[in-house]
Amino acid sequence: MDSYDIVVIGGGPAGMAAAVAAREEGVEKILLIERDRELGGILQQCIHNGFGLHHFKEDLTGPEFSERYIRRMEELEIPCKLDTTVLEITAGREILYINAREGVTKISAGAIILAMGCRERSRGAVNIPGSRPAGVFTAGTAQRLINMEGYMVGRRIMMLGTGDIGLIMARRLTLEGAKVIAVLARKPYPGGLMRNVAQCLYDYDIPLMLRHTIVAIQGKDRVTGVLVADTDENSRPIPGSERLYECDTVILSVGLIPENELSLSAGVQLDPHTGGPVVDEFRQTSVAGIFACGNVVHVHDLVDFVVEESEIAGRGAAGFVLGRGEAEGAETSGTPIDLLPGEGLKYVVPQRMRGFNGEERLDLFLRVSRVYGRSAIEVRHDGDTVKRLKRLRMNPGEMERVRLNRSAIEKLTGSNLIVEAVEVDG
Amino acid sequence: MSEVAIIGAGIIGTLIARELSRFKLEVALLESSNDVANGSTKANSGIIHAGYDAEPGSAKARFNVLGNPLFDRLCEQLDVRLNRIGSLVVAFSPSERRTVEQLYNRGIHNGVGDLQIIEREQLLSIEPNLDESAQCALLAPQAGIIDPWEIAVAAAENAADNGVEIRLNFPVQAIERDNGCYRITSPNGQIRAQQVINCAGVFADRIHQMVAPPTFTITPRKGQYFVLDKTAGALVNHVIFQCPTELGKGVLVTRSVHGNLLVGPDSVEIEDREDLATTQDRLEFVRRSAGKVSKNIPFSQVIRSFSGLRATPNTKDFIIEECGEAPGFIDVAGIESPGLTAAPAIAHYVRDLLSRTRGALEERGDFNPDRRPAIRFMDLPEQRKNELIRKDPRFGRIICRCESVTEGEIVDAIHRNVGATTLDGVKKRVRPGMGRCQGGFCGPQVLEILARELKKNPTEIVKNEVDSYILTGPTKCGGEKDRPEGIGSMVEQKAAYHG
Amino acid sequence: MSGIDREIICIVCPTGCRIQVSGPDTEHLEVSGNECKRGEEYALKEITDPRRTLITTVQIDHGTLRRLPVRTNREIPKQSIFPCMEVINRVRVEAPVEVGQVLVADILGTGADVVATRSMARDGAGGLPTADTRSRAG
Repeated sequence: MDSYDIVVIGGGPAGMAAAVAAREEGVEKILLIERDRELGGILQQCIHNGFGLHHFKEDLTGPEFSERYIRRMEELEIPCKLDTTVLEITAGREILYINAREGVTKISAGAIILAMGCRERSRGAVNIPGSRPAGVFTAGTAQRLINMEGYMVGRRIMMLGTGDIGLIMARRLTLEGAKVIAVLARKPYPGGLMRNVAQCLYDYDIPLMLRHTIVAIQGKDRVTGVLVADTDENSRPIPGSERLYECDTVILSVGLIPENELSLSAGVQLDPHTGGPVVDEFRQTSVAGIFACGNVVHVHDLVDFVVEESEIAGRGAAGFVLGRGEAEGAETSGTPIDLLPGEGLKYVVPQRMRGFNGEERLDLFLRVSRVYGRSAIEVRHDGDTVKRLKRLRMNPGEMERVRLNRSAIEKLTGSNLIVEAVEVDG
Repeated sequence: MSEVAIIGAGIIGTLIARELSRFKLEVALLESSNDVANGSTKANSGIIHAGYDAEPGSAKARFNVLGNPLFDRLCEQLDVRLNRIGSLVVAFSPSERRTVEQLYNRGIHNGVGDLQIIEREQLLSIEPNLDESAQCALLAPQAGIIDPWEIAVAAAENAADNGVEIRLNFPVQAIERDNGCYRITSPNGQIRAQQVINCAGVFADRIHQMVAPPTFTITPRKGQYFVLDKTAGALVNHVIFQCPTELGKGVLVTRSVHGNLLVGPDSVEIEDREDLATTQDRLEFVRRSAGKVSKNIPFSQVIRSFSGLRATPNTKDFIIEECGEAPGFIDVAGIESPGLTAAPAIAHYVRDLLSRTRGALEERGDFNPDRRPAIRFMDLPEQRKNELIRKDPRFGRIICRCESVTEGEIVDAIHRNVGATTLDGVKKRVRPGMGRCQGGFCGPQVLEILARELKKNPTEIVKNEVDSYILTGPTKCGGEKDRPEGIGSMVEQKAAYHG
Repeated sequence: MSGIDREIICIVCPTGCRIQVSGPDTEHLEVSGNECKRGEEYALKEITDPRRTLITTVQIDHGTLRRLPVRTNREIPKQSIFPCMEVINRVRVEAPVEVGQVLVADILGTGADVVATRSMARDGAGGLPTADTRSRAG
């Protein structure tokens, strides 16, 4: 059985950035496994710009961003297995994979980095009743068909969901000649960035219908229309408000779910708030030697943050296999501290702190559970405020980052850190 | 000209076709839609019932009890998965105990063996997730679960292997007497047959009325279901029934043969025989009703909901007889629950009805009852997997990540007799699209594989029926070279962004 | 002639400030609601000369995919977007292609080139030229 120092599962920006970081730390035998025919992950179909503003200080498209990493992988001679699917991983860090050239093969790793990304929520998962005709697509599937395979999915589109991917696809469909009749949001505010509402909807005169949802799909063989209803203050459809909109296509952009089947096969503990593994500041999961980064941990907005997080995981895994101690998972300075999402927070990553990772700062990534105006994020320990970050506005569609300095937290032991959002007057 | 034409390729039609293919008969199986098993067979609970539920003395009771034990051998020959997990009819209140006892007695009367009534303690030990109001239950160990479309497709394939002609997209519009036989007409052609077997499900009364005055009517009764992720499958170990009412067996909770959890159906008479829409209010009813069975059903794990129609006869029992006014025309109508369980026994009976009219049927020497084994790649031992990949590297490419289905299996499903030609056809046969992503990831790949293997343009591949197009055409109006004639509308595309 | 009074959503950074631009004519405009200078510049340009980056795909023959993603390498006037799409839709490129390669120079006189945003190998070479060929052999 072949063995590697580090095996990375997933060749999108998370996996590539982690592999590159591990190699830069001096790890020799690294292998990256990717199920698609080429590297790049979801970036290959995200042909729009806005990537890399922080990381490269340039405004790149998804493919341009991913090509930078593909080149770096090549420079560093990090081997990849493409068109290869991992079937199973174990807590003992054995990996079972399959491809056409080698068949079913088992390998072992000193450390594993999980970077499998996420999948889209389907129509069934959001329970839109009605008939089940052709012409209902999730936004990502439509994106792949249009941008990579080169096929149009419809002519007259109704879209449910105003996250960034939906907004981007509304523009894309329009540019390729379709008519996007309307984009609906159940809530009174859009899920994605206002700049995307402006450059994708307003620019193309695509109506944005807030506080509406699709309550039924019609059509025998192909979509012929949808019933649209108003929603109430709980985002539930208001009976009696249904109106028919004729269309031939429904695009759903109703959420992303981290893809953790493999994580579960190794017994990795998941956080129900994120849908991804519970990780510490090195991005190590509850299973020693198994690390995770990118959308598989929590769904990101910016690939720049994905890369940052993945570099942490790459360095963490490198520390683990090179025996540098901090990431060993053993007790370091005091007992591990749990980071808990408190009032107003949907989640915080990382969820645990084992001991300071030798860096000057620890970044917390979080999402709030509702819209905030003038507010602050507070990090508290035993009633004391360890860090307070003022914000002009916050919403669940934008991940926030809170920097904790070494001096602020290196002496903390036991108990938990609670992260909360608070409204601020004035 | 055929000797026997069977109208309807659901579980009844396909099993009859297979049974008749044992004999020296020219058999044609006619199906209105674009694939076999596209009607009620595709959308039911998939249960092999024990037989205590049907009215004693009825055809339902008789064929249920005859049919149940036939499934082991049938599934072995057709290589179809069957799991006899047993069923429990649970009394959730003291007054329901009487119903359980009545069903027990009825079962004995119908000839169902091995029935027992178990009490609360034993019941909760074998089904810990049942609601605590559970009192007792009727346990029927011979009840089982199966994929109803899988067995129908397998039966059709085996029938075709043995010489049955299968005509899809053949919606019967008229049947006329012509020189001692029947001429059956559809917009896509016509066929002549000496004898006709009417297995047209929800439309059986209309087919009957093409040759004779009405002797029965069929009313469609819709049932809606939830399918939950495989992580929910272990919630129950048996098929769990609530006590039946006049509406039927009620909302049940069961694991499916693949490990998903199935919850449903409700029961509502409708008028439109093509209305398969799920509805908010009825799905909520199913949810509430299932809540009586268990408080632990994880509805956040729903991956899909669907509905199916039962062909409910006004006679309240199966109608399996030669039509008095039309010699050689056999009705097999009103096959609602326990139709699936009864199907193999019905097929034998129809064979006997035919031989009464035609005289003894002569067996073919070369009938092969065994379908070529299905390739279930992930179930194979590792050595076999690697042998298969060496022979055909397409088995080394996983296309459906959720269900771990390889390209090799998809290609095989396309090229068998009665092979898949549509996205749903691939889904029925080898499962891509049945998993938690519901085809979001594998859909485009399955579409490309279908196009490649069938030598079609990807824009010609449909989801299910011929009008269920998926792609409207290539992007870029200038892409004329890729677009076959008539598909998509470049004029409309241009107008859309100029207008 | 009535004056100008518009609300613009700035797209320069993720904040998306709502900026009010008003005045009797384009020479005398007042801007408010922006949190930075870039926003002010953007808002003024939106009134006088709105521009966008155009992102789309072109047909590519003998590549590993049927479409190649492209962008304009600088912003083009908003009203040129659909006319440029018509030009780009008629482009057919032959693989291999390098990232940054110019496919249409100075499209419709806008001063912007349409460039490839990825490299694409010729089909048969299997994927991007940077994949490790050792582990892909046999």
